[in-house]
Amino acid sequence: MRDVAIVGTGQTKFGRWDKSNTELFCDAALEAMEEANVDQKDIEAVYAGAVFPGFEEGQTNIGGHLVGSLHLGNIPSTRFEGACCSATVAIRDAYIWVASGYYDIVLAGGTERALSMGTPFATKTFAMANDCKYEGNVGITFPGVFAMAARRYSKIYDIPLDKLREKMAHVSMKNHKHGALNPLAQFYQKMGNLKVEDVVNARMACDPLTLLDCCPFSDGGAATIITSADIARRYTDEPIYILGVGQGSAGHLGAQEDLTKPASRVFSSRSAFKQAGLGPKDIDIMEIHDCFTSAEIIASEAIGFFDWGKGADAVEEGQTDMGGRPVINPDGGLMGKGHPIGATGAAQVHTIVEEMKGKAPKGNQVDPVPEIGMTDTLGGGFNTLAHLILGRSRR
Amino acid sequence: MKEYYVLTAKDFYDGLKEDKLLGLRCKECGQITCPPLPTCQWCGSIDLEKTELSGNGEILTFTLTDVPPEGFEPHYIVCLVRLDEGPTIMGRLDYDAEKVTVKYERSQELIGKKVKAGHVVLPADKYSMGEKLVPLFKVV
Ligand SMILES: [Zn+2]
Repeated sequence: MRDVAIVGTGQTKFGRWDKSNTELFCDAALEAMEEANVDQKDIEAVYAGAVFPGFEEGQTNIGGHLVGSLHLGNIPSTRFEGACCSATVAIRDAYIWVASGYYDIVLAGGTERALSMGTPFATKTFAMANDCKYEGNVGITFPGVFAMAARRYSKIYDIPLDKLREKMAHVSMKNHKHGALNPLAQFYQKMGNLKVEDVVNARMACDPLTLLDCCPFSDGGAATIITSADIARRYTDEPIYILGVGQGSAGHLGAQEDLTKPASRVFSSRSAFKQAGLGPKDIDIMEIHDCFTSAEIIASEAIGFFDWGKGADAVEEGQTDMGGRPVINPDGGLMGKGHPIGATGAAQVHTIVEEMKGKAPKGNQVDPVPEIGMTDTLGGGFNTLAHLILGRSRR
Repeated sequence: MKEYYVLTAKDFYDGLKEDKLLGLRCKECGQITCPPLPTCQWCGSIDLEKTELSGNGEILTFTLTDVPPEGFEPHYIVCLVRLDEGPTIMGRLDYDAEKVTVKYERSQELIGKKVKAGHVVLPADKYSMGEKLVPLFKVV
């Protein structure tokens, strides 16, 4: 296996777009290619996360249209679908193919236009990531999964639900504070100064989660250029290395041991740590899949940053805010930045790379410039998980 | 070709229609799988036999859905129930919606309450391949 690096990244602004999935992906891809100064003829494959292009705009088989639009010749192009985890799965595969030596340069990213579907149909399509026969048909939604997780967490750790909701509100406050400072965020210059009362008293989405406990539906694209560490030097003086990758899976929620301790996430994050030869204490900066406030807390424990049941206290105490360690979601996360599900994992990578180059927006930049970063991306009810560990230095 | 499913989703629904909760008993480890899979959810064996479960269990957690997917009417309760026979399944809860919200101080006391499974039929949508049969739990 060869060492692998990222030489370019791009991200559209997240929010509402009158652009197709192909247009959003290509905007991000061309930005990444321009940053890396990679020629079209150098790219050997495209791996693209896209979850619902068929429902969103009547587009399936998007792979070829990406290659055609970018004038990449007739190279292979594959759509990856792992619900909200799609782009991270795509990047992990790009990593593996480049590490193996089969390809030298792969364009990997994702695209989505979920906001354009409208809330009822978007909620329907997102719920399709559950087991359709035994969960989807009950009418469960993703806010519902993490609402149930919050109640379970309250019960297991004996934290009164009102107290837990106040702790959870700090996830929303922190991430919106960062998102309000990120020009690419859906909520740029909005909700940067939320208070606990604002979050817990907002309109109920799925009891006990309010709308401010939830990330929004979003449109957007993001892309990365993945190459071998040796080739990377031809393109940039600042390659960001992929030190470890992980991916995990699980079936329907009922068959999972405990929805506050997702085993697929433990498996995936441990795989990435093992490969990188690192542990949770080594991570300076972390992009966590904060689709809901309770989701960030559960993830921060499953990855190993805090003991089981202590993640809620940690965020309330500011341990994951600027100046804490690890800083979690300095770009606003899914909650503040937005969540175009097919693109989310690539946007997380974009943030870590920008942070490691000291190029993150003012108010988002972690000081000192982080050496080791990690992304955590979740698809469905812990059905697909993937992790990437990135570093400024080669191992 | 051999068909490996001892109990299919259709068989499961046909049972549910008569308020019978069907599952699988593993001949290797003796444990129960529900809803049906081609393998034992505990040990992975494919040596399974169909069995009728008691329908009794206890509530692990629940939520009131105010913003439903297209095709569903709002303000229903979804719950996870651990069945007496071991496995956990998702269903609807037949209960006073007022008492499952955070506004009701004792809502968390519902966790651990004993329930019994029946069923509810929900209208078909474009993707459900016919009407939806869903376990409906009642507090006993
Ligand atoms: Zn067994």
